[in-house]
Amino acid sequence: MKIAVLVKQVPDTATQMKVAGTAKAIETAGITWIVSPYDEYAVEEALRIREKRGQVEVVVMSLGPDRVKEALRSCLAMGADRAVHVNDPALAEADTLMAARALAAVIKQEAPDLVLTGRQAIDDDMGAVPAQVAEILGWPCAYWIMEEAIADDGKTVRIGRQVEGGLEIFDVPMPAVLSAQKGLNEPRYPTLKGIMGAKKKEIKDVKASDLGLAAEAPQLPVVALEALPPRPPGRIIPGDVATAVKELVRSLREEAKAI
Amino acid sequence: MANAFWCMVEDDRKGTPKKVMAEVIGEATRLAGGDVEAVWLTDTATDDGIRQLGEWGAKKVWLIEGAELAPYRAEVWVPIVAELVAAQSPKAILGPVTSRQREFMARLAARLGVGLAGDCMGLAMDGDKLVGTRPVYAGKLLAKVAWAKTPWLATLRPNVFKPADAQPGQTAAVERPSVQIPAAQLKLVERREEASTGLPELTEAEIVISGGRGMKGPENYVILEELGGIIGAAVGASRAAVDAGWRPHRFQIGQTGRTISPKLYLGFGVSGAIQHLAGMRTSKVIVAVNKDPEAPIFKIADYGIVADLFEVVPQLTQEFKRLLEK
Repeated sequence: MKIAVLVKQVPDTATQMKVAGTAKAIETAGITWIVSPYDEYAVEEALRIREKRGQVEVVVMSLGPDRVKEALRSCLAMGADRAVHVNDPALAEADTLMAARALAAVIKQEAPDLVLTGRQAIDDDMGAVPAQVAEILGWPCAYWIMEEAIADDGKTVRIGRQVEGGLEIFDVPMPAVLSAQKGLNEPRYPTLKGIMGAKKKEIKDVKASDLGLAAEAPQLPVVALEALPPRPPGRIIPGDVATAVKELVRSLREEAKAI
Repeated sequence: MANAFWCMVEDDRKGTPKKVMAEVIGEATRLAGGDVEAVWLTDTATDDGIRQLGEWGAKKVWLIEGAELAPYRAEVWVPIVAELVAAQSPKAILGPVTSRQREFMARLAARLGVGLAGDCMGLAMDGDKLVGTRPVYAGKLLAKVAWAKTPWLATLRPNVFKPADAQPGQTAAVERPSVQIPAAQLKLVERREEASTGLPELTEAEIVISGGRGMKGPENYVILEELGGIIGAAVGASRAAVDAGWRPHRFQIGQTGRTISPKLYLGFGVSGAIQHLAGMRTSKVIVAVNKDPEAPIFKIADYGIVADLFEVVPQLTQEFKRLLEK
């Protein structure tokens, strides 16, 4: 069995983001890059499937510039077997659909039995790529999975997807695309042995032309990137608790009209 | 009609559109100047539900009803709507941000080969083009996006757009197109309901209460739930509280949890780590209660009280009770 895991490299959650001079991109100086946290759940789940079943190859795939090698390397250090890096300046301004086409093309070449990825990358926060990859491949898809169990025959996977008010349990025919929600598992940290071993594992570079991708422009170009408008200054309500609580309720009612 | 703005109906699974549809239809009406149609895929639509869509401003309801349409499955819904799009050429398709619209709209966009702007907080016409404003990096920045071609697909964040006022007596024409309903690939095994807190859903709630590390333990959330019951608020938690195992992660607010924009946010014992602020900083009014006057959350709070939350919460509950009983 082969499992593909789609990962994206994103700025660390504690990063203060700034807009670059072009007003269309972020200022990348000083950013610490990480594997998007939801994608780590996907990597972890793939590794657990391998540990449970044996005879499973875990291939991580990512799209982006040279720095993305670091993210792939940390997935390999967690235990993934090898990686494919779609590294092509032609895809530098890829929107979700272009990214999905590129990743779907890699998946077609690799022909895995299952694709796992995070529910969204925490940079664009679009969460569109898993469904779009599935649509391009013509595969079923399930979003925000909280649990997963592949049937013994390897033909279907039973998943629980999170919806408003509950969990829907489905049997999904494979191959399929699953997007991971927090709670699916607790990702492991790479061991020293894992980190050393990752240096010898293969990261294959591919270009758009290797994937037979036609040049295209984004369907959803970013026109401008802006900082959030600052919030008006607030106030600390003074006095003892009883006084402060009364004043807070009065303010919420009369000034803010929030209740 | 080729200029129509379509609104994908999100319902309560019992035949009634969710209240958030008033926001979607209201925004579509503002952008389209009236040419607004609802598209409703469901296993059951009630007359009251259809009337509601008309009163909010839908001129027409495209109703596709069938047992196979529930529970929602992308491989069933997407080909149906894509076929309808090919026949009707709408200008835009809007939906609320919900678990199924998130997946459905993305997959539909791929099938149609068009752009999708997810989780929009603003939409505006620039001449004859639509421009969407959406938070990125969990709301640390805003991106303005445009579409290369129609239909323009977008999902709208709840509680941000002005809801349409219902106009009693205004009705929508109902059209039931004959469509092929594809076979489902996902087979439902069961649906596990969450134990209901009786409080609103986090992302849809107009008021959200959040408890952080200062709550000291899972047993103390009951005081927030009591307060929530009085003011009709959802109760969420910070990552610190979720990671400590005090609350299930579905209650987590922040960059790796739910992103919320309620009318009122009340944070108790929440310090205000960047990743938490990212998930709630677009709330309209922010209240923070924390013992530590240096807690970063006070920098973005409209109202702050520096005190022990265990003293503040019971008194606040009593005070709101008095106010709301009047």
